Amino acid sequence: MSHLRNDLRQRAEELVALYPRKRSAMLPLLHLAQEQDGWLTNEGIAEVAELTDTTPADVRGTASFYEMFHLEPVGKYMVSVCTNIACLLQGGEEMLEHASTSLGCPVGSTSDDGLFTLEEAECLADCNIAPCIQVNHRYVRTTTPETFDALVAELRDGKRDHDIPAHGTLIRVRRSGGLRASKSDVATERADAKAARAKRDEENK
Amino acid sequence: MATLDAPKIVMARADYDDSYTLTRYLETGGYLGLRKALSMFPEAVAGEVDAASLLGRGGAGFPAGRKWSMLRKSPISYLVVNGDESEPATFKDHYLVERDPHQLVEGVIIAAYALQVSQAFIYLRGEFALGLERVQQALNDAYEYGALGNKIFDSDFSLDIVVHPGAGAYICGEETALIEGLEGKRGFPRIKPPFFPAVTGLYGEPTVVNNVETMSNLPWIVMNGGAAFAALGGGRSAGTRLFALAGTVKRPGVYEIEMVKNTFRDLIYDPALGGGITKDRAIKAFIPGGVSAPWFGPDLLDLPLGQDEVAEKGSMLGSGSVVVFDETSCVVRAAWRITKFFSRESCGQCTPCREGSGWIERAMYRIEHGGGRMEDLDLLLDLCDNISPGLAWPPQQTTICVLGPSIPSSVNSAISMFRDEFAQHVNEGGCPFD
Repeated sequence: MSHLRNDLRQRAEELVALYPRKRSAMLPLLHLAQEQDGWLTNEGIAEVAELTDTTPADVRGTASFYEMFHLEPVGKYMVSVCTNIACLLQGGEEMLEHASTSLGCPVGSTSDDGLFTLEEAECLADCNIAPCIQVNHRYVRTTTPETFDALVAELRDGKRDHDIPAHGTLIRVRRSGGLRASKSDVATERADAKAARAKRDEENK
Repeated sequence: MATLDAPKIVMARADYDDSYTLTRYLETGGYLGLRKALSMFPEAVAGEVDAASLLGRGGAGFPAGRKWSMLRKSPISYLVVNGDESEPATFKDHYLVERDPHQLVEGVIIAAYALQVSQAFIYLRGEFALGLERVQQALNDAYEYGALGNKIFDSDFSLDIVVHPGAGAYICGEETALIEGLEGKRGFPRIKPPFFPAVTGLYGEPTVVNNVETMSNLPWIVMNGGAAFAALGGGRSAGTRLFALAGTVKRPGVYEIEMVKNTFRDLIYDPALGGGITKDRAIKAFIPGGVSAPWFGPDLLDLPLGQDEVAEKGSMLGSGSVVVFDETSCVVRAAWRITKFFSRESCGQCTPCREGSGWIERAMYRIEHGGGRMEDLDLLLDLCDNISPGLAWPPQQTTICVLGPSIPSSVNSAISMFRDEFAQHVNEGGCPFD
C-alpha cells in the first residue's frame, strides 16, 4: 500500500522518470510528501526512499540539510519573515516581533491552534517590498503591522485558500509535456551533428 | 545624469501585466531568436555569444562564451541553469523567472543548441513557488508550441528541459553544491579540482552551469548579433545588466541599465532609478555587489558600474545587488546580521567557515547588544584573517568553496570604515541608533 495518495503517487513516479537517475528526484519527491502530510512523516520518508532506491536514513539525512523540509509537524501556514540586510534596514526585526505577538507564538514555534508556524527567514529575494513576508512560500507583500494583521484574519477565515494553498510548493506545478524522442534517436541526432561539425571543421582548415 | 538610452534586453516586456504568457511572448518577438539560431550552425551561435563578450551574471562574472568554448573540445552532457538566487538583497532572477519565463526558456534552448546538449535542468529556488509554476507553465507551452521536445521546429535538434525545485539552502547557489542538490544529496560543495563541472559535473559528466540572467540575454544576442551587444557598455563589461537596488532608497527595485556608462550615483540618485536616499538623508555607505562584497563609502559613488572598475577598488559587482545604508543605519547591526546569515547558511564541511562564522557572529552580537569590549575588534579581525588570510581582495581561500572567504567582507569593511562607531557601541554599552 502506498502512503502517498494515488494522484501524488502517480506524480511521484512521473517525476522519477524525468531524471537520468532516480535519486535526482529526491527534492521534488520530498516536496510532494510534504504536500500531503504537511511535514515529513516516517511513512512519507519511507516511500521516498523506495521511489529513489535509497534508505529512509539516507532520505532523512538529505532532507535535514534543507530548510524547507520539516522533520516535525508545522502549522497549516508557514509564515516566513525576512530580517536579512535589506529587510533589516526597513524594519524586518520589528515586523518579526509584531508577527510573533499577533500570531501568539514565539519565533520558531507553532501557534496553539496549529494554524501558524512563525520562522525568521533569510533573504527571500523580494527586497523592493520590504520587510518581505511569505506564507507557505507565496509572497504576501504586507509591509505594515496593519496589513499583516488583516492578512492573518483572512487566513484564519480561510479566505486565502485559493492563492495560498496549505503546504506544498509544487501544488500547482504540473508538467504536461515531455521529450518523446527515444534515447537512441537523440544519440543518432547528436552523432550526426558531431559528424557534420567535424566535416565543417575539416573544410574550414 | 544616468545614461538610459540603451535598449531593454531582458526587461523588454516589463510594462505588460501578462508578460509571462506565451501569447504576449509571441506578440513581442518571442522564439524568433530560437528559429534564427536553429538556422545557424551550433558553433556559429556560440560564436555570437563569444562576440557579445557576455559576462556570466551569477556573481563570478566569467565570460559565458569562453566558458563554452573551453568545453567545445569534449562533448557536453548536461546544461544546468542556476536559478537558486539567494544572495541577500539580490532579486533580479526572481523578476526574470516570474515575469519573463519564456525568455529564460528560449535562452536555455538556444544555449543547449549551441552546446549540442539534449538534456537541460533549470534549478529554481524552492521559495519561488510562483516562479516554479510560471517556468513549468512556460515549458508546457513551449512543448505544445513545438519549441521544445522532439525535433524542435522540425529541425534535427531535440531537447528536454526539467525544472528542479530547490528546498531552501543558500549554498546550493554554488555550482557544485547545486549539482549535488540535483543529484538528490545534501548541498555540500565539491572540491575543485577535480570537480570542475565542465570536466566532472552532473553524474560525473561534463556539465555547463549558467545563471538565469545569462540565459535570458541569449534570444536578444542571437537576434541582434553579438557585436550589437558588445557595443553597449564599455571595457570588459559589455551590454546592459540588471541591478537590484535595495536598502534605504526611495525607489528600490530591479533596473536594467547599461554597464560602465552609468555610475553608482546614477543608480542610487537618478529620479528614473533609485530616486535618492529615503527622506533625503545622507548616504553612509553601500554594498556594491551582494553581501559577499566589501563595502564602499560615499567617495566611490562616481565609480562606473563595471566589472573591472569595481574590482580595481577592491570589491566586486558580484550578483548585481546594491544595498544602501543612510546616516541613520547602524553598520554594526548590518554587519552582525550579514554574519548571522553566513553562520546559518554555512554547510559545515570546513572548520574555518563553520566555526569562524559563528564565533564572529557572537562577537558582533555582543558589541551591538551592549556586551562588547574594545579588544573584540582585534579579535574579530584576527578571526577574519583566519578564514581568509591577509584579508585581501580577491580573498585568499581556506575552504572548499567561496562562502568562507565571503564572511570577512562585511565585518572587515565595517571595522575599517567605521571604527569610531564600534568604539561608541562599546563605550555606551549598546547601540547608539536604538
